[in-house]
Amino acid sequence: MIHKHDVLIVGAGLAGLRAAVELAGKADVAVLSKVFPTRSHSGAAQGGIAAALGNEEEDHVEWHIFDTVKGSDYLGDQDAIEMMVSEAPEVIIELEHMGVPFSRTKEGKIAQRQFGGHTRPKVGADGKETRVAIQRACYAADRTGHVILHTLYEQCVKHNVHFYSEYYVVSLIVKDGVCRGLVAFDIQTGELHTFHAKAVMFGTGGYGRAWKITSNAYANTGDGVAIAYRAGIPLEDMEFVQFHPTGLWKLGILVTEGARGEGGYLKNKNGERFMKNYAPTVMELAPRDMVTRSITTEILEGRGIDGKDYVHLDLTHVGEATLKERLPEIIGFAKTYVGVDPVKAPIPIQPTAHYSMGGIPTSLFGEVYLDEKGTILTGFYAAGECACISVHGANRLGTNSLLDGVVHGRRTGKQIAKFLQTAEFSELPENADTADRARIDELFASTNFKESYHHIKDTLRDNMMAKAGVYRNEKDLKEMKQIIHELREKYKNVGLRDKSKNFNTELMEVLELGHLLEFSEVVVEGAIARQECRGAHWRTDFEKRDDTNWMKHTFAFRTEKGIELKYKPVTVTKYQPMERKY
Amino acid sequence: MQVTFSIQRYDSSKDKKPYRQEFKLDVEPTDRILDCLDRIKWDFEGSLTYRRSCSHGICGSDAININGKNMLACQVLIQDIKKKRIKIDPIPGMPIIKDLVVDTTDFFAKYEVVKPYLIAKNPPPKERFQSVADRALIDEAVNCILCGACTSSCPSMWGNPNYLGPAAMLKAYRFAFDSRDEAPAEHLEAIDTSDGVWRCHTIFNCVEACPKEINLTWHISQLKKKMVEREL
Repeated sequence: MIHKHDVLIVGAGLAGLRAAVELAGKADVAVLSKVFPTRSHSGAAQGGIAAALGNEEEDHVEWHIFDTVKGSDYLGDQDAIEMMVSEAPEVIIELEHMGVPFSRTKEGKIAQRQFGGHTRPKVGADGKETRVAIQRACYAADRTGHVILHTLYEQCVKHNVHFYSEYYVVSLIVKDGVCRGLVAFDIQTGELHTFHAKAVMFGTGGYGRAWKITSNAYANTGDGVAIAYRAGIPLEDMEFVQFHPTGLWKLGILVTEGARGEGGYLKNKNGERFMKNYAPTVMELAPRDMVTRSITTEILEGRGIDGKDYVHLDLTHVGEATLKERLPEIIGFAKTYVGVDPVKAPIPIQPTAHYSMGGIPTSLFGEVYLDEKGTILTGFYAAGECACISVHGANRLGTNSLLDGVVHGRRTGKQIAKFLQTAEFSELPENADTADRARIDELFASTNFKESYHHIKDTLRDNMMAKAGVYRNEKDLKEMKQIIHELREKYKNVGLRDKSKNFNTELMEVLELGHLLEFSEVVVEGAIARQECRGAHWRTDFEKRDDTNWMKHTFAFRTEKGIELKYKPVTVTKYQPMERKY
Repeated sequence: MQVTFSIQRYDSSKDKKPYRQEFKLDVEPTDRILDCLDRIKWDFEGSLTYRRSCSHGICGSDAININGKNMLACQVLIQDIKKKRIKIDPIPGMPIIKDLVVDTTDFFAKYEVVKPYLIAKNPPPKERFQSVADRALIDEAVNCILCGACTSSCPSMWGNPNYLGPAAMLKAYRFAFDSRDEAPAEHLEAIDTSDGVWRCHTIFNCVEACPKEINLTWHISQLKKKMVEREL
């Protein structure tokens, strides 16, 4: 079956839905999503969305820009950061007007709280200027992503946006430098559909599912980045994957940084607030990469609780009333999953794979780059976590991801509207779905289940955690490369046990695994090549950041000979790199 | 410890009627029911089908019926159940697509009936102000994850499938009681019908079923109160 729309948006998280709202009424826009829209993982974001509103204390866009640049370990492109942060107050106000139920200050304004790496200057008694934590994160208790996601979906309902819910995209249709549509299957019927469009936008989210301990949903298998990569688009900075400091022990479920924003302590087995040894000025509110390394060092040096691989997040001194008002979900998670009441006892936590800084390279307007020189692929756009602009560089600051999704979803929507003023439908190639059809038919026809797909997936995730996680080195990374190579061979012999086309989630899991293997190789290749320590990419066989040789973005190309790496310089405007201390 | 899962199986594309299949599994007390379903699917029965995504009770994908009660598979641990035999079924009252996956088309159509969006014109240059007390009025209602556990558990809905159901009522409340909404009547009118709010007979099944501990019946009673006041 062939469907035709002006614009197809893939992914119904913050970026996709915000773009859809922007385009609704201006064009025939349809959104495809592998899960029902309100199930998208943006909804799991807890702590807040950053904007220098100054509702709680003096704040300036300039301060937010500086924090984001420094937080990115100077790999963020400063023009992109400046644009995103400058638009932040406006987009937050817009969200409020759409109906987002933010928590409120006593005066009835949008409430804001502290978050890691967000600071203001402060002159100490000795006359020296330091930076201390600032209240910049606009929040709705610890359900900020949930309420924004639902509000954007409500706006889509209001504006009659067309949804293809539970459709799984398998490939992009690109010919002669023009994106013409995509191929997807309807999960409910198993039928393959071809979608013809003037513009396609990906807002497909991150790729954290390749690591064993992760805060990411089952759905976050990096489908978008892998599909784009297979369509000939390079991937940028894939080696940068953020481990959030506080995941529930063993499960990886996110415990918001807002818990530390509300005053929570991190303690080792001696009850010591160990962050004083790593980031004495902002302590627990240092950026995530630093807190994560600090926790990991404590654990590796035997100071985890009972010598195990976790430390404590202690909220017991914050007070029951504050916790119940501002962190109700966290209380619920801790009680349900680890049997701890945070009002009375500390929560066991460990770092968890959380956010993908890398992804599909785009311009400031969401246009997708075909190379490191800035050649644009006509008709294809990306925004949100699947994209790399790059505003987060080597390490994203907390609450800048929801901001990224909303700002760039909106701006990309506007750019697509502009493109549509002159764009026509480009002809669909004949049999655009032949290869996908053959692949799926082959899986259904497989008569034996020679290799277990979940065994391959577990092996990948265990090893990515051990060898391409918080601390990395050449030996481990090269072993990882070999492991992926072997797993890819095994993957060729994976078959389906479920032969029914009706809601076949086994088929989806098998295709997802193909995506995990595809991009994991790119992550590892980029990590082997990058011989320095920067943000979330920390090599124990190198001592520090190397601005002379590595102030540049990785561009990974899929070639017949394997992965080819090229590089693009970082855009620096006002802020020269300096040592990153907190 | 070993537990036995008795799971209702049904593929609407080929099975004439549902049947049950049993699986014995060695489990840890802290395993989520969702973890157990994954192990059954991955190790024993590749065709076992269920929805899931976030795995910690915020996306609302995996509402299922466990030992007769609607719950989220990711939010219930083995130790919470205290039985060695665990009966798993799809949530009732909705057509089954396959195994634990139900058709939610009607559920979301009913959600749309209540005009589930803020109605407000002429926004100010900055945010609309809302007092802490006014915000508190909708605090529980905005937590809804649209999992469907409440509506599916409602005997009034079983009796009259046209009833809009508690989830749609809660959504109507969320906007009708939002101090920023300029047209509460539009949300209220949508439920002031024979298939609307008056079908709720305060049975409280929805309250018991809600994984987010939302007191739906209280919210529905507030809607009724507001509508009576309006008519006076």
